[in-house]
Amino acid sequence: MISKLFRHLFKHIDGFLMACLFFAMFVSLFVLYSASGQSIDRISSQIVNIMVALGVLWIAANISPQKLERISLLLYVVGVMLLIAVAMFGTISHGARRWLNLGFMQIQPSELMRIAMPLMLAWYFATREGKPGALSFIIAGLLLALPVGLIMKQPDLGTSLLIASSGFYVLFLAGLSWRFLIGAAVSLMALMPVFWSMLHDYQRRRIEILFDPTQDPLGAGYHTIQAIIAIGSGGATGKGWLNGTQTQLDFLPERTTDFIFAVFSEEFGFLGNMLLLGLFSIIIMRGLMIASQAQSTFTRLLAGAITLNFFSYAFVNMGMVSGILPVVGVPLPLISYGGTSMVTLCLGFGILMSIHTHKNLVAN
Amino acid sequence: MGAELKNYQLEQHYFRVRLGVAAIIVFALFTALAFRFSYLQLKQYEHYQTLAENNRISLVPIIPNRGLILDKNGVVLAHNFFAYTLEITPAKVSDLEQTIAEIAKLVEISSLDRKRFKRFREQSHSFESIPIRTHLNELEAAKFAVNHYRFPGVEIKSRLFRHYPLGKTASHMIGYIGRINDKDLENLEKSGDLSNYKGSDHIGKSGLEQYYESYLHGTTGFQQVEIDADGHAVRVFSSNPPIPGDNIVLSADIKMQEIAETAFGDRRGALVAINPKTGEVLSYVSQPTFDPNLFVDGIDSENWKMLNESLDKPLINRPLRGVYPPGSTFKPFVALAGLEAGKRLPPYSIQDPGFFTLPGNRHRYRDWKPSGHGTVDMQKAITVSCDTFFYGLAQELGIENLTNFVRHFGFGKRSEFDIKGEIEGLLPTPEWKKRRFKQPWYPGETVIVGIGQGYTLVTPLQLAQATAILANNGVAMRPHLVNEIQNARSGQSQIVPHKILDRVQLNPNNVEIVKRGMVDVTMPGGTAASVGANAGYSIAAKTGTAQVIGIKQNEKYNESAINERHRDHALFIAYAPADDPTIALAVIVENGGHGGSAAGPIARKVMDYYLLGKLPAEETSNNTKMATAVENAPEEALHD
Repeated sequence: MISKLFRHLFKHIDGFLMACLFFAMFVSLFVLYSASGQSIDRISSQIVNIMVALGVLWIAANISPQKLERISLLLYVVGVMLLIAVAMFGTISHGARRWLNLGFMQIQPSELMRIAMPLMLAWYFATREGKPGALSFIIAGLLLALPVGLIMKQPDLGTSLLIASSGFYVLFLAGLSWRFLIGAAVSLMALMPVFWSMLHDYQRRRIEILFDPTQDPLGAGYHTIQAIIAIGSGGATGKGWLNGTQTQLDFLPERTTDFIFAVFSEEFGFLGNMLLLGLFSIIIMRGLMIASQAQSTFTRLLAGAITLNFFSYAFVNMGMVSGILPVVGVPLPLISYGGTSMVTLCLGFGILMSIHTHKNLVAN
Repeated sequence: MGAELKNYQLEQHYFRVRLGVAAIIVFALFTALAFRFSYLQLKQYEHYQTLAENNRISLVPIIPNRGLILDKNGVVLAHNFFAYTLEITPAKVSDLEQTIAEIAKLVEISSLDRKRFKRFREQSHSFESIPIRTHLNELEAAKFAVNHYRFPGVEIKSRLFRHYPLGKTASHMIGYIGRINDKDLENLEKSGDLSNYKGSDHIGKSGLEQYYESYLHGTTGFQQVEIDADGHAVRVFSSNPPIPGDNIVLSADIKMQEIAETAFGDRRGALVAINPKTGEVLSYVSQPTFDPNLFVDGIDSENWKMLNESLDKPLINRPLRGVYPPGSTFKPFVALAGLEAGKRLPPYSIQDPGFFTLPGNRHRYRDWKPSGHGTVDMQKAITVSCDTFFYGLAQELGIENLTNFVRHFGFGKRSEFDIKGEIEGLLPTPEWKKRRFKQPWYPGETVIVGIGQGYTLVTPLQLAQATAILANNGVAMRPHLVNEIQNARSGQSQIVPHKILDRVQLNPNNVEIVKRGMVDVTMPGGTAASVGANAGYSIAAKTGTAQVIGIKQNEKYNESAINERHRDHALFIAYAPADDPTIALAVIVENGGHGGSAAGPIARKVMDYYLLGKLPAEETSNNTKMATAVENAPEEALHD
């Protein structure tokens, strides 16, 4: 009886993916405990974040893809309108206009766009008959450019690029022509020197520092330099849990959020990094597998985009902390402290599970 | 059905190919990350291990030399010197009290030092090092160095100190630097300059030190050093030398500044002298002054109390922030307003009965000379400072026309001067009064604005600037103290360009009438005849007196009977040589009485030095000379 109820309750949960997520969250709590200077408060509030996120995941997994398909357009329109509202009435903090004050709470509409963007584009391509032509891609490109432009204006370059890439994944998976892709890549590279020559000296200097933080060790480069020292000094097997000197001596900035990977790396070393990369790879492979088995254009594009989006967050974060990518404010998925990013991620995974477990219904 | 299925399968096939490509890209990028990790954690492990272990690597900022402040002739007004300080890092010391007591046995530590340490301690983090003693001499430094091993967490450091060698001279102009506080940090963060202040303890707080902070500070350098377990630098990895701050060179001659300040004696007041053609400020006096050196290391409470609570208010920057009714020094500008409006043009004249009444009102607006000045035209009205004449003119012009015109001379607005904190003064209008007091404007209030009384308030800088604009025939130059910004390394100078703020369109004939009236002020019969006596060059001037307390109708002003601080302020404006002016100035002596006799001689000493290179004679002989001059001009002693 109880086992029946249990099975019914979790019939839309993908056991394998769920196990991977649990493992990652488990690791997150350990790293967070060390990064926060052994703060029980931080841990308990992250546990609350995880609980809420898992609730969202369960709800999303139980909503059928068809229902999602129906609200895609609405979600996108609401998202864009909220972004416009932000541009007009948003509250400014740290020199950027990102938040919308609703009176009782503050929301950041760019977070909504992370999910709404792939939903919208997947829905759009699902409505096209047969193989989408050039016009479809142009329209999709415009649908993509509008919110990305609005977020870029806030300004939030990091988020806008990540949302752009999440939309781009849909275009790519929907069959954007290779000729176009290669042509765009080549012309972009060709235009780079022209663009560079148009910049002011101080703008160039900023970009140089972005890519080479050692040029400004007292200012913007300080974080990256300290993070690299933390990673490098971790060595093959790490200094051990709670023993990272860079971490415990306060050298690392933002250690519980954007730079948590440096803490992990310092304490668990190269071995830990490989295991984490492995775990992320397994999650991504599982996601891609779900995508390849999905049975409608909408679900397969959506599943593919959500999975690749997870990848870009993981890659950009680890890349920036280890100094091969410029520092943009992106958390490490599943590991960093923070409710918003955890909820958004789990919403994505919930949708993935929904796609996987509803597929027989779709086939019918 | 079959075709559809085939289509579906084809579509899925294409999709899977794309997915495969994506998987390969994911794999490739993760591999790149893995290579990066292996490079950092396996190959370069030793390197980063050294950097991390025991916090061995340290980035030491190298503070740049702050730029010098020099007068026109290169006399140093602010410079830096190295001195030893004894500093404690509280986090590294177990018993602070005990340690300080032990140190006190080696080097003298006064109660002031202790108080300052306590204050800094409250303001800073425990891992910051805080000075317990500054300016150690060689002997003291050596004495401590021998005993250094006994005091972990206590260090001798060599630091740069700011020093103002002339002490109290020109303190309001030069300003001072002080320790960076939270507010400064906030501002630095906002402007994005915070990383350039790593290691800097001080920042410009007032005067030129504040305004030219971005030039004076320089660019902080840094050194990446490896430190051994005792905290000593063993090896320098890389080094980026600091760029010293620029020197700033004033347009003022500090000798002239000293002459002007000395001329005030112990009286309170202000003097601003400007070259009307360029806007260069030649003297900038605020009396009394203070010693800016007191502020550099944080002023102690006794001195602070003394300066802050003194009735003489030495901390107020009077030329910029002192407001005074302009009194009769306002008349030349009212005169010009009238002439430009076509009123009182020659040969117009009045018969002065010694008072003015508004039509239908019996209130008498009295002239300073009860018997009146007889027949008075515009030029004479300025020369003898005829109140009656200007009462009528102001009433006829109306308050709006009047204020709109004189605003062009810089009254009631800021001037882009290069010291922060300038205040606007006040040109009253009916709207202003309605806003401020919720009351209508009365005609009588316009009448008294004609002689610079009532609500009108000006700063000494504005008064000097207005005089300069008049002297320059309506061309307003931006007043500025700094003339050159000098690269400390190359010695190359960047000249601060002279900037035209405004061009007041004036009829040269009208200007000529006002100017002639002002020249006659320093001639026999004028209100400042003694100021012009034996000058050797011609001076155009106007005297003024500003009431501190009102005098009732039919009551006579009796100087000796009134408390000294309630006495009238003496004002004086002038420019010279009258035919080709190179200096325009305004002098205010608070509670000084009459403009001509109290403020005029100060102006004369400054102009004598500037135009003739003449140093003022000894104070005693000067007084006797003045006495004779006053006898020659009997009218002057009565009033302005």
